[in-house]
Amino acid sequence: MAEINLNINATVARRILTGFIRSEVTRVGLQRAVLGVSGGVDSALCCFLAAEALGPENVLALRLPYKNSSPDSLTHAQLVIDATGVQTKTIDITPMVDPFFEAIPDMDRIRQGNVMARARMITWYDQSAAFKGLVLGTSNKSEILLGYTTLYGDSASALNPNGDLYKTQLRQLARAVGVPSVIVDKVPSADLWVGQTSEGELGFTYEEVDKLLYLLVDRRYTAEECIGAGFKRDFVAGVIERVRRYHFKRTLPLVAKLSNRTVGYDFLYLRDWGT
Amino acid sequence: MRLKLALAQINTRLGVVSANLETHLDYINQARGADLVVFPELSLTGYVLQDLVPTVVARPSADDPTFKPLLEASKKVDLIVGFTEVDPRHRFFNSAAYLSKGDVVHVHRKVYLPTYGMFDEGRYWAWGDAIRAFDTRFGRMGILICEDFWHASPPYLLWLDGADLLIFISASPGRGISSDEALGSARWVEHVCQAYASLFTDFVAYAGRTGFEDGLTFWGGAAVYDPNGELIAKGPYFDEALTVVDVDLDELHRARARLPLLRDERTAMVQRELNRILQANQRGVNGRD
Repeated sequence: MAEINLNINATVARRILTGFIRSEVTRVGLQRAVLGVSGGVDSALCCFLAAEALGPENVLALRLPYKNSSPDSLTHAQLVIDATGVQTKTIDITPMVDPFFEAIPDMDRIRQGNVMARARMITWYDQSAAFKGLVLGTSNKSEILLGYTTLYGDSASALNPNGDLYKTQLRQLARAVGVPSVIVDKVPSADLWVGQTSEGELGFTYEEVDKLLYLLVDRRYTAEECIGAGFKRDFVAGVIERVRRYHFKRTLPLVAKLSNRTVGYDFLYLRDWGT
Repeated sequence: MRLKLALAQINTRLGVVSANLETHLDYINQARGADLVVFPELSLTGYVLQDLVPTVVARPSADDPTFKPLLEASKKVDLIVGFTEVDPRHRFFNSAAYLSKGDVVHVHRKVYLPTYGMFDEGRYWAWGDAIRAFDTRFGRMGILICEDFWHASPPYLLWLDGADLLIFISASPGRGISSDEALGSARWVEHVCQAYASLFTDFVAYAGRTGFEDGLTFWGGAAVYDPNGELIAKGPYFDEALTVVDVDLDELHRARARLPLLRDERTAMVQRELNRILQANQRGVNGRD
């Protein structure tokens, strides 16, 4: 396997990402941000960056457990809240989603997991209106490329400081900003059902797939070139197909063009238009 | 002769010319005592304008509401500003103007509009079709806008056209994070600016902008290199700043006495060989058109 170096300069990344949060929150006339803190490393990093960018009093960290969530999730989320000094609320989503599951009894655990992810999203947005803050997303580049998210669930946000960091880079930055190592080093999980692990579901480790994604996406290697660099043919083909198949999760809903000027095709402005 | 050069590393509001004009006048005021204040690419409009381009246009003349106060300010200090120019036939250019003593001395229209990867400039702007040096009260200068100096020929043409001070302005989105303390985009710009200063025994001044537009970070990093290729001033990365440097223009004399690259440049041979190469290309001999 060729040497693939994904290391980043944490000082530079931290400077850009805190500046990004501050700029994009304040330019719409707000001072505050809201995010779900799950106890995992992604939301932990985002919480540390937001607290640094906006001041901890301007960040609301939401703990949103379900009745069978891992107790570690709540404990680790509390570690993040204590370390950053951000504001916090804990809201149990069990009374929101259990009636849903009872009304539609044949749901498998994937569908139930998606409902839970979307119930959390509803809560973030509701709390963001009450707190007068923007919702911060925490999906990393690996998850986004692999489509390992719930559409309009954990993928929903106003801005996402994590989205151009592969999971392995995100762990490096998390360590540098002071996220407790028990969180950085733990096995990644969406914690949507007992015993779920991200790498178990995906079938490979982030360490492996990040290097492959880096070659495919950042370095524009072809499949054959990745195989030449030492990756197994099936792994390369599977990841390429996964990136293609889940591209719909990375785009806005399609609009059919009828007029001369259509949103998404030839009505083109940045969101920061006029600010 | 000395030139007190001020590089204004500003943030801009996207598509709000009046607010950006205020920022210019503020910085010009802060730079009191300077001879020349340089603003970055599209400093009056912001960078990722997309469909805003036709709505933020200006004409570099005294009857234009944006240029009127700038020309007035230029009676006290020379200025380089970046803007979206509209010509009489309603073509839009990514331009930079040199203003001095109430007059427009020179306008450069960006020739190379990057239209690849994250860039889409060719969709919105017409390309300029001239690379010209121009005389100022501090000697002969040339202005290039970002991608113009990513190509080797525009700085070379300015050098042959007599420019001793090359002013490069950018709105460069930061990209290419690695373990290095500078972003890849910053390292590239610093390498080439230093190389042009060294190869041409010219002063090279670089003015970039700061701030964010959606997820893009502009990294600042103003820099000035002397005709020996030495860094003589450096602005911060990412933060707004006014970088002021007292440039000793007599260093041109000393550098070129030591290293007569300009004297020895065989321009007639360059012209002859270039004609041969381009004619051969037209005949398809070199396999390109």
